[in-house]
Amino acid sequence: MQTLLPKTPLRRRAIAIGLAIFGMGALAWAALAPVEAASREELFEIPAGTSERRLDGDEVEVLPQTIRLRLGLNDVLVLKNHDAAPHLFGPTLVMPGQTFRLPFTTAATYSFLCTAHADGQLNVIVEPGPGPGWERLRWRWRSLASRVAQ
Amino acid sequence: MTGHIRLVLAIFAAALLIAAVAALFLARAYAEPESLRAGAFEPPRAAPEFMLAGSDGSDVILADHRGKVVLLTFGFTHCAAVCPTTLATLAQARAATGDRADEVQAIFVTVDPERDNAAHMRDYLAAFDPSFVGATGDPVVLAAVREAYGVTAEKQGTGRDYAMAHTSSIFLIDPAGKLRGAMPFGRDAADFAHDIALLLEG
Repeated sequence: MQTLLPKTPLRRRAIAIGLAIFGMGALAWAALAPVEAASREELFEIPAGTSERRLDGDEVEVLPQTIRLRLGLNDVLVLKNHDAAPHLFGPTLVMPGQTFRLPFTTAATYSFLCTAHADGQLNVIVEPGPGPGWERLRWRWRSLASRVAQ
Repeated sequence: MTGHIRLVLAIFAAALLIAAVAALFLARAYAEPESLRAGAFEPPRAAPEFMLAGSDGSDVILADHRGKVVLLTFGFTHCAAVCPTTLATLAQARAATGDRADEVQAIFVTVDPERDNAAHMRDYLAAFDPSFVGATGDPVVLAAVREAYGVTAEKQGTGRDYAMAHTSSIFLIDPAGKLRGAMPFGRDAADFAHDIALLLEG
């Protein structure tokens, strides 16, 4: 029995060290690991009948005036045109039934011509993703909190 | 250094190592599959056809460039900033494709036929890349081509030094003649080279 007694504090110490490694590892992972998203696409749809409603004088807004994206999280703007008419979106025409998938790689504010808006203008604000370190740690904490709140 | 401090440092080093390995693993796991860096159309439609007067004296017919990646851009030779930047970027991108450069064709369609005749366009484009082809023609025909691609152009100012406000995107047409993407102005040559390589692979 006497030979077994000194092992108890050693075991406690080993468990404490193990927990410390795990805890610090988890914190370091949360601060350093790249942010991930199941999909980086931010989908917006132009519903069927948009152009007809416009012709009837209805100033329908089918897209928000300003779209906010974050690099690494939701930095791919996807426009799906369900309308019977083509819609001009910034760089080009999106034909009926067509999807236009535009990835952003630089944080900036972009202004596009867009016929899906009554005033013909769409602003896209692309913000940088959470950087490694404290910012990423805070982002993960908020994501976790919002998931728990749901 | 006491044993206690050494232990704390060892724990910290082990934790950092674990985190770094996990981060590396995740970065690879979440790597996106290769896709166009330009805005991509799904499903792609056939690129609207056109026949215009070429800067080399022949007709510029889009269908004649099947088998090549066509970089189609709209602009004017008196443009102060956007068009020279775009053309320089396209020249760099074409050069970056190396021995496949012959499979890349840039076509510059003028939005200013009043000042951009074939000879002037040829001299202007040669400064960027002698393989670039300029296209001009009747203003009504040019307007129809712009409409088909959703390109806008508007005269600004009066007198000889007027400017043209115009769509600055570059359209990417694959070797089968499909309009696959539109690259917004400002992207660098590496983005074009990446997309050209993807389109050449099919």
